Amino acid sequence: MSVRRLHADQPSSFAFTDENVSWASGQIAKFPEGRQASAIIPLLWQAQKQEGWLSEPAIRYVADMLAMPHIRAMEVATFYTMFNLSPVGEHFVQLCGTTPCWLRGADDLKSVCRKVIGEQGDITDDGKLSWLEVECLGACVNAPMVQINDDFYEDLTAENFEQLLDDLRSGKPVATGPQNSRHGSEPEGGLTVLKGDK
Amino acid sequence: MLRDEDRIFKNIYGLQGADLTAAKARGDWDGTGELIKKGRDWVIDEVKASGLRGRGGAGFPTGLKWSFMPKENDGRPHYLVINADESEPGTCKDRDILRHEPHKLLEGCLLAGFAMGAHACYIYVRGEFIREREAVQRAVDEAYAAGLLGKNAAGSGWDYDIYVHHGAGAYICGEETALIESLEGKKGQPRLKPPFPANMGLYGCPTTVNNVESIAVAPTICRRGGGWFSGLGRDGNTGTKLFCISGHVNNPCNVEEEMGIPLKELIEKHAGGVRGGWDNLLAVIPGGSSVPLLPKEICDTVLMDFDSLKEVQSGLGTAAVIVMDKSTDIIKAIARISHFYKHESCGQCTPCREGTGWMWRVLERMAAGEAQVKEIDMLLQVTKQIEGHTICALGDAAAWPVQGLIRHFRPLIEERLTRGPGHQEAAE
Repeated sequence: MSVRRLHADQPSSFAFTDENVSWASGQIAKFPEGRQASAIIPLLWQAQKQEGWLSEPAIRYVADMLAMPHIRAMEVATFYTMFNLSPVGEHFVQLCGTTPCWLRGADDLKSVCRKVIGEQGDITDDGKLSWLEVECLGACVNAPMVQINDDFYEDLTAENFEQLLDDLRSGKPVATGPQNSRHGSEPEGGLTVLKGDK
Repeated sequence: MLRDEDRIFKNIYGLQGADLTAAKARGDWDGTGELIKKGRDWVIDEVKASGLRGRGGAGFPTGLKWSFMPKENDGRPHYLVINADESEPGTCKDRDILRHEPHKLLEGCLLAGFAMGAHACYIYVRGEFIREREAVQRAVDEAYAAGLLGKNAAGSGWDYDIYVHHGAGAYICGEETALIESLEGKKGQPRLKPPFPANMGLYGCPTTVNNVESIAVAPTICRRGGGWFSGLGRDGNTGTKLFCISGHVNNPCNVEEEMGIPLKELIEKHAGGVRGGWDNLLAVIPGGSSVPLLPKEICDTVLMDFDSLKEVQSGLGTAAVIVMDKSTDIIKAIARISHFYKHESCGQCTPCREGTGWMWRVLERMAAGEAQVKEIDMLLQVTKQIEGHTICALGDAAAWPVQGLIRHFRPLIEERLTRGPGHQEAAE
C-alpha cells in the first residue's frame, strides 16, 4: 500500500466546465439505472484533467454528482495511484522502475530526472516538468520506458531521454512510442515471424 | 516453429491498420452471425474442445468457466467483463491486442457474451493504457456503425452492447473480484469467494471475467474449429500463446508461438538470444513477476507451457519471460519485485499488507549484505505465512518469487551475508 494524503493547499471550489458536464452524463449512461457510482473513476479522471491535479473540492463535487457519500469518493481518490493529489508539472513523467525496466537501465533514467528536474515530486521552477517512479506500466519488451501525460516513450537511453525532456520543456515536437527504429513490440533489426504479411 | 497461417494475431506488431476494413481483410467478423446461430452450446463446446486455458495467469479452462454461468436468466442480467488491466510485470501482450487487433477482442466479446447469455459487456482497461483505450473505443464505434454491435449484432438476432471503462493505476484490479468492485465504483479490494462471480458478480448479477487474450482467440477457434487449436501444443497445454520476452536479451519482443516451445528456442529464435550468449544466462522468470525464477540449468531444457513449468516449481503465468544475465544482482532484482507487491497490496489482509513490506525490507538489507544468515530461513518462513493466508492470490504472488530466490540462490545470499556490507559487487 502506498500512503496517500490530500494536499495541504486546496482551492476553495471546483466545478466541471459545461463541456465536461455533458461528457460526464455520457459516462454515467454506460451503467444501469442506480449504478451511476460506477462512473467515478472516469469522472475523477476528467476533473484531474481539467484542474491539472485532483483537489478535495473536486472529489466532493464528483461525489455529489454521483449521489455518493463524500467518504466513498475520498476512498477511491486515495486508493488509485494515478490520481495526483497534489500538483504536478505540465509534463508529468511517470518513470517505470519495476524489474524488467530496471534490468535495462531504469536507474540511468532516474539519474537523468534528478539532474534535469530534481527529486521525485519536485516541480521545475518553470512549472514544466515533474517526475515520479511508478510500478510496471506494461511495455516491458520496450524497456526502459516512461509515461509522460497520455503517451508512452519507449526504448529509452539516458541520452535520448534527456533530449526528450529538453524538447518537451522547450515545446519542440517529439515522437511518442519507441525512440529507436522500432514500430511496436517487434524485435529490433528484423521480423522473425509474419514476414510475408506486410 | 509455428507457421504464420496458424498465427491468430496477424497484426500483433501493428504494421497494418487496426481499423475495421483492415481487420475484415484479416478475416475478423467473417460470418459471426452464422456462428452465433449455431447456438450457445455449440460455441461453448468448440471452446471446450480447443482446450483453451485462461491467458491471464491462472490457466483455468475457458470453456468450462463460461459453462458456469446460469443456463436460464432468472431476471438478473448476465455480464461479460473483459480484464484489460494488464499490469503483471513483464507482461505487455494484451496491450498489443488492444491497440493493433481490437476487432478480434470485440468479436470475441460478442461470441463469449452470447454463449453466457449476456447482452452487455464491459472492457476494463488499465488507466495507464490511454492510447490503447482510445484504440478500443474507436473499434467499438466502428463496430456499432457497421451493425456488428447493438441491436441484432452482426445479424445474429442477439442484442449486444460493449462499454469501454478504465481504472486509474491499481495492479490489484487485475484480480477478478477487485475488478468488479472497481467497476462498481469502489476501491479495488478483492471479495471473499464464494459466492463466485458466475452467481454473484457485477451488481450482484451472474458475471464472467476473462482476460483479453482468452477472448480474442475465441473467434478464430470458432471459425477454424476447436480441433485445430487443440492440435497445436500438447495435451492439456494446447494452442498458440503470446509470449513477451524482456530483460537481458539482444532483441526484446512479443511473439505468438506454439504452446510448449522450449524456452531456449523461444529466446534464441525470436529475441536474438541472451546478451553475451546462452552461457551468460543467470536466471529466467518465465511467467511474469509472480512466478518463481528458474536458474540456467532448468532453462536449458524446460518447455513453455502450464504443466512443464509447474513440474519445475514455477508457472506459465502470463508467459512473460524476464531474462537475467550474469551481470544481474539477482537479490536486488527480486527485492525490486517485492517492492512492487508492497506498493500494490490493497491493504485488506494483514499477512499481505504487513508481509509484503517486511519481505521487501529484509531483501533490501540482504542485497546490501546487511542481514544475518539465519534471517534467510526466517524470510522463507514468513513467505509461508503469507502464502495461502489471504483473500486473493496477491499474497501468494508476493511470496513465490522470494521462495524461488531462496530455493535456487541460497548459496549466493549466504556468501553475501557472510562477507557483510560493502561487498555486494564482489559477490557476483
